[in-house]
Amino acid sequence: MANTKEVRKQISSIKNTQKITSAMEMVAASKIRKTQDVMLLGRPYSEKIKEVISHIANSSSEYSHPFFEDRKVKKVCFIVVSTDKGLCGGLNINLFKNVIAKAAEFKKDGVESCFALIGVKASGFFKAIGGEIVAKVEMLGDQPDPDNLIGLTKVVLDKHKNGEIDEAYLCANSFVNTMTQQPKVDQLIPLPVMENDDSAPTHWDYIYEPEAKELLNGLLTRYIESLIYQAVVENKACEQAAKMIAMKNATENAGELIKELELLYNNVRQAAITQELSEIVGGAAAV
Amino acid sequence: MKSIKVSIVSSSEEIYSGEATMVFATGTLGELGIAPGHTPLLTGLAPGPVRVQDGNDEKTFFCSGGFIEVQPDIVTFLSDTAERADSLDEAEAIKAKEQAEKDLSDKNDKIDYAKAAAQLAEAAARLKTIQKLRKNQ
Repeated sequence: MANTKEVRKQISSIKNTQKITSAMEMVAASKIRKTQDVMLLGRPYSEKIKEVISHIANSSSEYSHPFFEDRKVKKVCFIVVSTDKGLCGGLNINLFKNVIAKAAEFKKDGVESCFALIGVKASGFFKAIGGEIVAKVEMLGDQPDPDNLIGLTKVVLDKHKNGEIDEAYLCANSFVNTMTQQPKVDQLIPLPVMENDDSAPTHWDYIYEPEAKELLNGLLTRYIESLIYQAVVENKACEQAAKMIAMKNATENAGELIKELELLYNNVRQAAITQELSEIVGGAAAV
Repeated sequence: MKSIKVSIVSSSEEIYSGEATMVFATGTLGELGIAPGHTPLLTGLAPGPVRVQDGNDEKTFFCSGGFIEVQPDIVTFLSDTAERADSLDEAEAIKAKEQAEKDLSDKNDKIDYAKAAAQLAEAAARLKTIQKLRKNQ
């Protein structure tokens, strides 16, 4: 049977861990707000640019951009958004599971996959399983700068332009609420067809200054960048929410463990006292 | 007086949204004055001031390049957060690629799905064990 000193030591060590996890829970709770604000601040841009793109898609433009064209799929690229730090429950692993399932599906049809990764956790995982990594961005911080994502986006778009990849998918967690985060794999290229805006007349076109091709190229690049940026900031909000829940659970579990250990401690102490007493009584009887 | 809806947004925030009677901006091909009922136009936005006039009221914003979309009743400024040039984009792309290439030294062309599945199974099993332990407590 364990002695009292050992049990006491264990209790105090768990108490220390509990202090850390509850502090982390509070930090995450305060960060959720901030990350959600960042998420909301970026929304007007992504909505506006989406509007503009849907106007373009509805206009009878003389130029059709490669991002709208379906071509025969030989290779696809997954842009995987993950966290830089762990301790956030199953957030990353659930997402990777979805990505791997999708990639395995493609493999069955003879389609190869490559990966563009955002976040330390994704690069660790996909390196371990030996995926082909074409681009990587890490340590974006709590308020990611859209400029840090330009490079990664360009690598993927260039590969699409050169015909090295035919489709691109954006994989990230979407923020449903603080308790729920949903892993999602969305098609990025070719751009999914958007619903028609009924009010817009169909037989018109923009005046393009300078050329349509150049403008559309720039605009669609910005659009895809904004989609990726939105996914990154949303994933940040997911990370903090998942971290808060995970740390809350850890704190509660630590509490339960401590309760049990205290019970054990009392048992052990009582047993020691009983033993000592019986020894004394036994000794007295022998004299 | 007729007015046009103006919104100026950048990827990290909304800069301005409101009505205007006249908007002045610098396009990549020259100065633009946009009045309500302008013909649909899509053009580049050069770094510089954007002036929004509403009656006698005038507001000035600074935009660092991007795009302008004009519809008869809406004008949208999609501003970049930073100066953009092809050479800079290229440098960023090279950086992202180099990051990846560090890992490529020990790359396998084919993904080992069996290994990935095994890892996932292991993680799942670990989770299950933890849950079971929790229940038994």
